[in-house]
Amino acid sequence: MLGILASIIDGVLVGLVYGLAAMGLTLIWGVMDVINLTHGTMIVAGMFTLYLLTSALGVPPYLALPPVLVGGFIVGVALYWIAVHRMIGRPPLMSLLSTFAVNLVLIGIGTGVWGTALFNVAVSVPGISIGRYTFPGAHILAAVLAAVIAAALYLFLHGTRLGRALRAVANNREAAELVGIPSTRLLAIAFGCGVSLAGVSGLLIGTLFPFTVLSGDGYQLKGFVVTVLGGFGNPIGALLGGVALGVLEGAVTPFVPVSWTLVIEFGLFVLVLIAFPGGVFARRGTL
Amino acid sequence: MWRRPFFWIVAAVIAVFVFAPLIGDNVSLREGLVLAAIYIILASNLNLMLGYAGYINFGSIVFFGLGGYICVWLINSYNWPLAPSLLAAGIGVSVLSFIFGLGILRLRGPFFALSTIGIVEGVQAFVQNFEPWGGSAGIYISPMVFQPLGGPGRALWVIYFLLVAVMGASLYLSYAIKTSKFGLGLLAIGQNEDAAAILGVPTPRYKALVYSVSAFLPAIAGGLYFFKSAFIQPSDAFDLSLSTEALVVAMLGGQGTVTGVAVGAYLYEELRGYLLTSASFSNFQLVIAGALLLVIVLFFPSGLMGFIYSRYPSTKKVLE
Repeated sequence: MLGILASIIDGVLVGLVYGLAAMGLTLIWGVMDVINLTHGTMIVAGMFTLYLLTSALGVPPYLALPPVLVGGFIVGVALYWIAVHRMIGRPPLMSLLSTFAVNLVLIGIGTGVWGTALFNVAVSVPGISIGRYTFPGAHILAAVLAAVIAAALYLFLHGTRLGRALRAVANNREAAELVGIPSTRLLAIAFGCGVSLAGVSGLLIGTLFPFTVLSGDGYQLKGFVVTVLGGFGNPIGALLGGVALGVLEGAVTPFVPVSWTLVIEFGLFVLVLIAFPGGVFARRGTL
Repeated sequence: MWRRPFFWIVAAVIAVFVFAPLIGDNVSLREGLVLAAIYIILASNLNLMLGYAGYINFGSIVFFGLGGYICVWLINSYNWPLAPSLLAAGIGVSVLSFIFGLGILRLRGPFFALSTIGIVEGVQAFVQNFEPWGGSAGIYISPMVFQPLGGPGRALWVIYFLLVAVMGASLYLSYAIKTSKFGLGLLAIGQNEDAAAILGVPTPRYKALVYSVSAFLPAIAGGLYFFKSAFIQPSDAFDLSLSTEALVVAMLGGQGTVTGVAVGAYLYEELRGYLLTSASFSNFQLVIAGALLLVIVLFFPSGLMGFIYSRYPSTKKVLE
């Protein structure tokens, strides 16, 4: 019984990081109704930046956070202008296809350069022991950082002029344009923020688990599950959804082979979409 | 249907596929055409979803791989002959996808596309853990199974002709659906699903039906393909690049058209053959496919046929 409790607590810790990954996805969806299929690859990009910075330059793992945050934003803005800008206002299928195409190019380059070998970043943070169970320090630190970044995003969206303008664009683009908000520039910024969140969450996941060039797919799928749990376009819902998914994973791992976890999560994705089209935790449009 | 010129154009294409490699027993041409035929089968069945109903299926490879597994398994474990195994593969996968389709096709637009990605993951996880299908090691079939077809050498020709037959069936199926009431309903769904539903198109049923129809021929093609290689394993059966290429082919030729998809498949096969022979490109096949898809989506969303239709409007009457 205590074992299950411990794995559930660990699920909450990992779930906060999943939630952070899904926040990027849901932010982009909420602002411009685009599903970003490069999300998984951007998560992997965060992991590999972490790997390169720590192994080649000897940077301590958590100091890689600021460069990933800034780099992710720049990559995201570039991606917006390349693949997404022409798709705004066209059927959602087209932006799905264009981000899918960019993803293919990135995955192709990644597997061409690194192959599909397993990479690992060693992080030594002392854990916390409760009774017979030890919670790894890396998990705790990643969860804390994820919570801090999520809080910062919340403050940005609700407390700053730019954040309020973003929410206005998400709410009604024409009306925002009428009151003088340069909506195209804000869409680019929102996309940059979303990709930046993906990169950062990839970095945090990289400190927890080993990864390959192709691990992005699984995390992207988790991101979708979390997003529908939390309600599309709702960052705080996404964080709660992440925690719910983490708890579920923690609770089923002792009983189910690992390769089935994704199948269970996918089943959950379809069930939630059919039963609660607006998300379990909140209504849509609360960005 | 046979009064329309398009019927005879397709018949001519099939005749070329049948007779071109026969002249001089050209085996290397035949192997090239096998790939072209598979692209045409996958892309034109994908087109039923993508071009007609406007639903992206990222997981069309699941039909191909599952069909291959069912066929190879029946031949290997139960000594079934080829023909009933192929039929069982087609029907089995169609029934499965109809059941799945009723569930996931309640999701609309992008959500459906996302769930097809999940289906690939789910089926792959299932096959890798399913012991009767050899788990991740896969199934080998002994060369003895080629005996009833007259030895391995002749069997390859038989498989090739069957594959061409499936390709012809795919093209005629696309054409028949496009000119039917069912096809009209699908096109209406693709343009505006709510309006279609209000006008009396039974949208959930049509969508599940087209999902299941688009599974039948790719499953048979998968059975033929993996019977030909006498070996199947999860990473080959669910090779994501093949379903990606099917998407590229359908978009390249022009979604929603029958001719365009066939021409796109041929062009892509030529391009790919050209790129694969140069060593520096063979590792970057996905990069090329992705870049091509991006350019098409950004600048030519209606593909090759869209360009031809707008340039020569009279071709609309002849080329479907």
